Amino acid sequence: MEEEIVLLKGNEAIAHAAIRCGCDGFFGYPITPQSEILETLALEKPWETTGMVVLQAESELASINMIYGGGATGKRVMTSSSSPGIALMQEGITYMAGAEIPGLIINVQRGGPGLGTIQPSQSDYIQATRGGGNGDYNNIVLAPATVQEMADFVDLGFELAFKYRMPVMMLSDGVIGQMMEKVKLPAFKARLTREQIEERYPWAASGRRGGQKPRVFSSLDLDPAVMEQHNKDLQEKYELIKREEVRCEMTRCEDADIVIVAFGSAARISRKAMEMCREKGIKVGIIRPITLWPFPTNEIKQLAKTCKKFLCVEINAGQMIDDIRLAVEGSRPVSFYGRCGGMVPTPDEIEKAIIECQNS
Amino acid sequence: MKKEIIIAGYGGQGVLSMGKILAYSGLMEDKEVSWMPAYGPEQRGGTANVTIILSDKEISSPILSEYDIAVVLNQASLFKFEGKVKKGGTLIYDANGIAELPSRNDISIYSIPATETAVEMRNTKAFNMIVLGGLLKAEPMVQIENVLKGLRKTLPERHHHLIPMNEEALNKGMEIIEKIK
Repeated sequence: MEEEIVLLKGNEAIAHAAIRCGCDGFFGYPITPQSEILETLALEKPWETTGMVVLQAESELASINMIYGGGATGKRVMTSSSSPGIALMQEGITYMAGAEIPGLIINVQRGGPGLGTIQPSQSDYIQATRGGGNGDYNNIVLAPATVQEMADFVDLGFELAFKYRMPVMMLSDGVIGQMMEKVKLPAFKARLTREQIEERYPWAASGRRGGQKPRVFSSLDLDPAVMEQHNKDLQEKYELIKREEVRCEMTRCEDADIVIVAFGSAARISRKAMEMCREKGIKVGIIRPITLWPFPTNEIKQLAKTCKKFLCVEINAGQMIDDIRLAVEGSRPVSFYGRCGGMVPTPDEIEKAIIECQNS
Repeated sequence: MKKEIIIAGYGGQGVLSMGKILAYSGLMEDKEVSWMPAYGPEQRGGTANVTIILSDKEISSPILSEYDIAVVLNQASLFKFEGKVKKGGTLIYDANGIAELPSRNDISIYSIPATETAVEMRNTKAFNMIVLGGLLKAEPMVQIENVLKGLRKTLPERHHHLIPMNEEALNKGMEIIEKIK
């Protein structure tokens, strides 16, 4: 399969990208607004072409533990769900972090709390960026803003997950999951063979051969000294990731008085509001964190030297604003605009918030 | 060129698929396109709407507060979106089931008796393609040949025999749309 330009929903793009990037398995349980991922995979029947396994598990708990098992054998395996389903998976995710098992988890968020609504939201920011489960750990969190990024971040997510041996989360939402845009699907990449896995991932439980020491995956050690060292090693890895893997996009920040900080679909809508304000002569720019963890703390700190104010726009009650305030360290005021419970802000609402921010 | 469009009506009228065909036609012309449905527990008889943007440049927000063109196919949608058409923009409605007509004087208003025509054609499934034909007559943003190309690409091969019927419906829509203001 060659590169191809098509019109797809964000969810469909994830499924096609998975097949094309050498994914070995998908295990998931249906939930709106992400069900098209599993549906598209079922329609495409990759088990007949690439050999990729697609399985509707009996629950979210089963799905995440299948990822735990698949990842431990060095396979590129993934799951997807939406907010309440991701909440159920937290136990498996923290075990993966503890046992250093790679895997890709996609959260197409909907409004909460509880069962909430099926409409779009970004209300799992704190859960995603603080690990989500028990213990001192982080996941790399990628926040796509376009259907193209939904496709691109599947391969990127796997690359990062295997580079650092940890779960990677793609934090999307119902807007990007359900909308259709033009997308360039990558050329087909073959799944790794058992020999290639052995060679690349000497840690993987890829099948015991005679005389080989067993490769054990565990997040448990009853000796606290050993456990503390393990935690220190994890923290060292996280520090390395904070130095190496921060990704963000800045638009018209050079001369901006007000810098909007927004990710995912909120960044798309804010960008329109920015264009509307620029036409009125208000100097607005946007920084869009692409990795939510690691967060672009230094980039925002630098912007605080040139801009006057920050406006955080999120589709939640205000979660990322804490990270912005930590980055700015009180040197600039940070205000907030957001909608929640499944309501999505429109460009004119954000334009109004920008004008209010300017006048405050 | 940039057109920001809302198509709204009842679930089951083919609002979403009409939008999809329009988006595909834009793709055939190498334009940037976005298609954003108001998704939810929509079903036949409920409300459905979709925002479509066709542009020569990168599209910022798929969600809009005002539109260049509104195609409204029931009274509730007319009430909801008439006020959100940009000054100088276009509103298209099907008078079937609409008691209170649009009242603005600062936009172009078109009427298309698509429900009636679909019944006359003895093909209620042609409804949304009749509306699309009318829309493209009023606002020729893509070539009809590219609409058909888009159809050929989106429809599974077993449905390709329906393409002539769709072409007829498009042409019919172009004939019957009428400028009111």
